[in-house]
Amino acid sequence: MTRGSRALVVLLGATALLVVVAVVSLFAGSKDTGLTDVLPVLAGGGDEYVQAVVDSRVARTALGALVGAALAASGVIVQGITRNPLGEPGLLGVTVGASAAVVTATAFFGFTGGGATVWVALPGAAVAVLAVVTLGRRSGSESVVPLVLAGAVLSAVLGAYIQAMVLARPDVFDSYRHWVVGSLAGADLQTLQAVAPAAIAGAVLALVLASSLDSLALGDELATSLGVRVPLVRGAGIAAATLLAAAATAAAGPVAFVGLAVPHVVRALVGTDHRWQLPVSFVLGAALLVAADVAGRVVARPGELMVGVVTAFVGAPFLLAAVRRGRVTT
Amino acid sequence: MTDTTAASHTAPGTTARGLVADDLEVGYGPTTVLDGLNLTLPAGAFTAIVGPNGCGKSTLVRTLARTLRPRRGAVLLDGRPLTAWRPKQLAQQLAFLPQDPVVPDGVTVRSLVARGRHPYHSPLRQWAPGDDEAVAHAMDVTGVTALADDPLAELSGGQRQRAWIAMTLAQDTPHVLLDEPTSFLDLAHQIDVLHVCRDMRDQGRTVVAVLHDLNQAARYADHLVVMHEGRVHAEGTPDAVLGGDAGARLVGDVFDLACEIATDPQSGTPMVVPLARA
Repeated sequence: MTRGSRALVVLLGATALLVVVAVVSLFAGSKDTGLTDVLPVLAGGGDEYVQAVVDSRVARTALGALVGAALAASGVIVQGITRNPLGEPGLLGVTVGASAAVVTATAFFGFTGGGATVWVALPGAAVAVLAVVTLGRRSGSESVVPLVLAGAVLSAVLGAYIQAMVLARPDVFDSYRHWVVGSLAGADLQTLQAVAPAAIAGAVLALVLASSLDSLALGDELATSLGVRVPLVRGAGIAAATLLAAAATAAAGPVAFVGLAVPHVVRALVGTDHRWQLPVSFVLGAALLVAADVAGRVVARPGELMVGVVTAFVGAPFLLAAVRRGRVTT
Repeated sequence: MTDTTAASHTAPGTTARGLVADDLEVGYGPTTVLDGLNLTLPAGAFTAIVGPNGCGKSTLVRTLARTLRPRRGAVLLDGRPLTAWRPKQLAQQLAFLPQDPVVPDGVTVRSLVARGRHPYHSPLRQWAPGDDEAVAHAMDVTGVTALADDPLAELSGGQRQRAWIAMTLAQDTPHVLLDEPTSFLDLAHQIDVLHVCRDMRDQGRTVVAVLHDLNQAARYADHLVVMHEGRVHAEGTPDAVLGGDAGARLVGDVFDLACEIATDPQSGTPMVVPLARA
């Protein structure tokens, strides 16, 4: 079987998996709703309370799929551009930027979380990435090391700022503590509508860049001779990764691990070609996150575990499997 | 994206086909490496660029491949400065294999060779018709078809170099530039790569390679360019450049090496034999 047809099989399999977990997500939850309760609702009728529950689960499932897809693809791009197997969206400052913005709004402007979090976290993430890119840019340098270091510096500084604020005023940070772990509990269609444009723009940009990212992986010189405008592609790649990760983080908080683990699993399955890695990471990331969210709702009834807590537990076995097969590659 | 657009942009008075370096000055920071270099590479021939370490061979070939920007002067392809070409259009004309390309971890030979097709892709068409045929053909002529699904990192140095050359072949360009393609290979693999260069020329390509071994250059190349201190010291056929007493004098001047010139018993080309030291 050639690489392409194998990748197509993987893509179809991942899509089937996503469909299954999405359907389960509509039925499963901290309130036990059976097939006989949910089906009438989906058909447009049924009990009013169950209807509200199912509506919220539809929004939650859709948002979970978007967050997972966006984080996974963002991780693929960041690992590709930085040629760093430990790369993840946080490397560019997305996570700390969004968190610092939320903390600042909470501490100084009486912000209490909820639906408006999106409009605080998105610009925070964008500003942080701009700062990292500006600090990491060295004229004429072909290395991505300055970019990675700038990201690490900004993460350290903003991380310390966040810690200091939270320690100084623990009373006001209750909603932040929940947000910072990553949760889909408050998911609604407004949040989905708010972040979808950024996520879709990032996804389209990523797919358009796929072939160029393959060339960029061979080094700047070879990429240039293959007709790649290197600074343009690198900049656009960072923009795509930022849009994706910022949309996800704004919607659900900084969900860890998906952006790191899914790219490795995807590479183990379909190889190093970005033209396959990106579509497969969208679907697999979405499936992982929705599955983690379902697990979080089911294991701690009648409460629930936040999805950011569960992703690591659900994702770790897959990452370990990829490692043990010796197929973890950049 | 056709040749007609290229021709219509040809500047008046510069109708030369192929690659021409026009009064190049190239440097890094405060150092100037090439200073007023002029060179016309013969079309359809295998040209070897030789010279001592630090003479600017790599700088020249990288400037010809547009990965370095000259401070002054220009490189012209078919009479048109490289900077005036659209990057992908140029990449369909001119392929370059750097000395030390980055190997993406876990990349297979097929995936690597397929990346040579990038110039034929566009944002909305990331697979082009003809990709599969070009990749298969490039792997075939370089003899790496059997290795197609092997990770590059697990190949021997010689096999790896063949895979890289296959990638530049998949780019399907009339001009191919290679920066030290034989370095770090054992002798058999060096000869192997030189034969691949010759085959590329036989298929009608212009091949330019930076080489270290003067005898190999004389034996396999049609045209020698001898660089010295950032300038072209001599150029011409191997016989004209290295033959006889003049060749021995040239090696003395450029490499600071006393030698006599013998004749290669196999090819009849000039062969540099360093004199024994007392």
